[in-house]
Amino acid sequence: MIAPIPVSLLVNGEPIEALVAPRLNLADFLRETLKLTGTHVGCEHGVCGACTVRVDGEIVRSCLLLAVQAQGSSVETIEGLSDSGEIADLQAAFRARNALQCGYCTPGMLITAQDLLRQSPTPDRAAIREHLSGNYCRCTGYQAIVDAVEATAKTRAEQAA
Amino acid sequence: MKAAAFTYARATSVVNALELLAAHGDKAKVLSGGQSLMPAMNLRLVSPDIVVDIGGLTELRGIAVSGDVLAIGALTRHVDLLRSPEVAAHAPLLRDAVAHVAHPAIRNRGTVGGSLAHADPASEIPACMAALDATIVVRGPGGERRIATAEFFRGIYETALSPQDLLVAVELPLSGEGARFFFQEYARRHGDYAIVGLAARALVGGGQFTDLRLGFFAVGDRPLLADAARKLINVSVTPALLAETAAALAEELDPEEDQQASPAMRRHLATVLMRRCVAALLERPELETGGAW
Ligand SMILES: Cc1cc2nc3c(=O)[nH]c(=O)nc-3n(C[C@H](O)[C@H](O)[C@H](O)COP(=O)(O)OP(=O)(O)OC[C@H]3O[C@@H](n4cnc5c(N)ncnc54)[C@H](O)[C@@H]3O)c2cc1C
Ligand code: FES
Repeated sequence: MIAPIPVSLLVNGEPIEALVAPRLNLADFLRETLKLTGTHVGCEHGVCGACTVRVDGEIVRSCLLLAVQAQGSSVETIEGLSDSGEIADLQAAFRARNALQCGYCTPGMLITAQDLLRQSPTPDRAAIREHLSGNYCRCTGYQAIVDAVEATAKTRAEQAA
Repeated sequence: MKAAAFTYARATSVVNALELLAAHGDKAKVLSGGQSLMPAMNLRLVSPDIVVDIGGLTELRGIAVSGDVLAIGALTRHVDLLRSPEVAAHAPLLRDAVAHVAHPAIRNRGTVGGSLAHADPASEIPACMAALDATIVVRGPGGERRIATAEFFRGIYETALSPQDLLVAVELPLSGEGARFFFQEYARRHGDYAIVGLAARALVGGGQFTDLRLGFFAVGDRPLLADAARKLINVSVTPALLAETAAALAEELDPEEDQQASPAMRRHLATVLMRRCVAALLERPELETGGAW
C-alpha cells in the first residue's frame, strides 16, 4: 500500500516509533517529523553531501535513503554528534579557521571529516580532500576546511601520544 | 525534488522478491543500495508503482572463493569490495576501480548488483567485469540463468534483465598466478563518473602479452572489450605496432557526445590510456609516449 508503514529506529540514541509514507526520505523524516534541522537538504540526488548522516556507524546520504529503510537502524545526526561532544574539537577548528561561511555544508562536512578521522587518524591533505570529495562547499574554496581537518587530526594524534 | 508516491514492499526472501516482481512486472523496481534508483526517483525520471526492497536479503550479500571462482553476492556493497581480502587477492582490479566509484557515503550503500543492473556506460564496475570475464547470475520466473558480460550489457541503462528478474551474484574466474591489472580513468573530479576509463587484465610471459583484455568505459553505450587488444598478444610490442593498435582502437570506439567531452576527445583519451596501460603492464615506460619513432 501507499499507506504509511511503521518504523522503529534509534535517532541519536533515542528510540523512535513512527508511521511514515514510503516516499518520505530519511532527511525529510529527520527534519520535518523529528525537527532535527541540522541535517540539510541541498540537491536531493546524492551529489552535494549536505544531508550526510551516520547510519549504524557509517556515513550515508539521507536524501537517498527512505525512512522505512532505516527500520531497526541507529541513526546519528549532527545534533547527536554535537551534543555528545564527539566532534567539539573539530567544530572549534572549523570556527578558528573560518572553515565555514554560510554554514549550509557544515553539518555534512563535519560528519564526513569525523568519519575519515575515525578510520585514519593521520590523513594527509590528499586523503582529506578525497574523503570530502562528495561534499560541496560554495563559500570557502575548501582550503580552510582541509586545514581544519588536518589541524584536528594533528591535535588528536598529539593527545593520544 | 521528491519521489512520487509508491507502494513499498520489503522482500523477505529471494523467492518472495521474485513473486513480487512476477506480480507487478514493469510497474515494480528493485531497490538495492538506492544510490542510482533514489536519485532517479527524486528527479522523477522513474516513478514505479511499487518498490521491492531487497536490502535485507543477507543471502545475497558476501564474497566467497569456491574452487576456481570468486563469487560476489549482488548486495555486496562497494565498500565491501574495497575491504575484502578475497578481492585484494584474486581481483585487485575491482578494488582499484571501486576507489573511483563515487564518494565514501555512496560507497557505503551502493551495491555491485545495483551497479551492474543499472548499466551506466560510464560506470567502472561493469567494465571490470568485462575485463575479468565475469558471469552474471540471474534468477527469474524460468529459474537461474548465467550470462556472460558481453551478452549482459545491451545499451545505455539496458541489460539482459527482464522486469521479473533479479540479479543475484557475479562470478569471476580466479586471476591465477602472474596476472597483471591496470585501472585508470579520466574524470573531472575524484569520484565523478568517468570521461573515459580503462580496466585491464593481462598475462605476460617473456616480455610479451599472452593474454590482454582491455575493458573501456564511457566510450560508447556499454562497456567495451576492445578487439584491438588482440594485435598485441604473442608479439613483441613495438612503438609502430602500438600506434597501429591505437588507430584500430579509435576506429572501434563509438563514443557519445555530451557536456563532458566530444567523441574525438574520448577517442584520443582512450588511446592515451591504452598506451599507458601497455607500458605499465609490460614495464616498458618508453612505450607510453610512443618511444623512438
Ligand atoms: C553522487 C553520485 C555519484 C556516483 N558516482 C558513480 C561513479 O563514479 N561510478 C559509478 O559506477 N557509479 C556511481 N554512482 C552510482 C552508484 O555506484 C550506485 O551505487 C550504483 O550505480 C547502483 O547501485 P545501487 O545498489 O545503489 O542500486 P539501486 O540504486 O538500488 O538500483 C539501481 C538500478 O538497478 C536495479 N537493481 C538493483 N539491484 C538489482 C538486482 N539485484 N537485480 C535486478 N535489478 C536490480 C534497480 O531496480 C535500479 O533500476 C554514483 C551515485 C551518486 C549518487
Ligand atoms: S541533499 Fe543529499 S546529497 Fe544533496
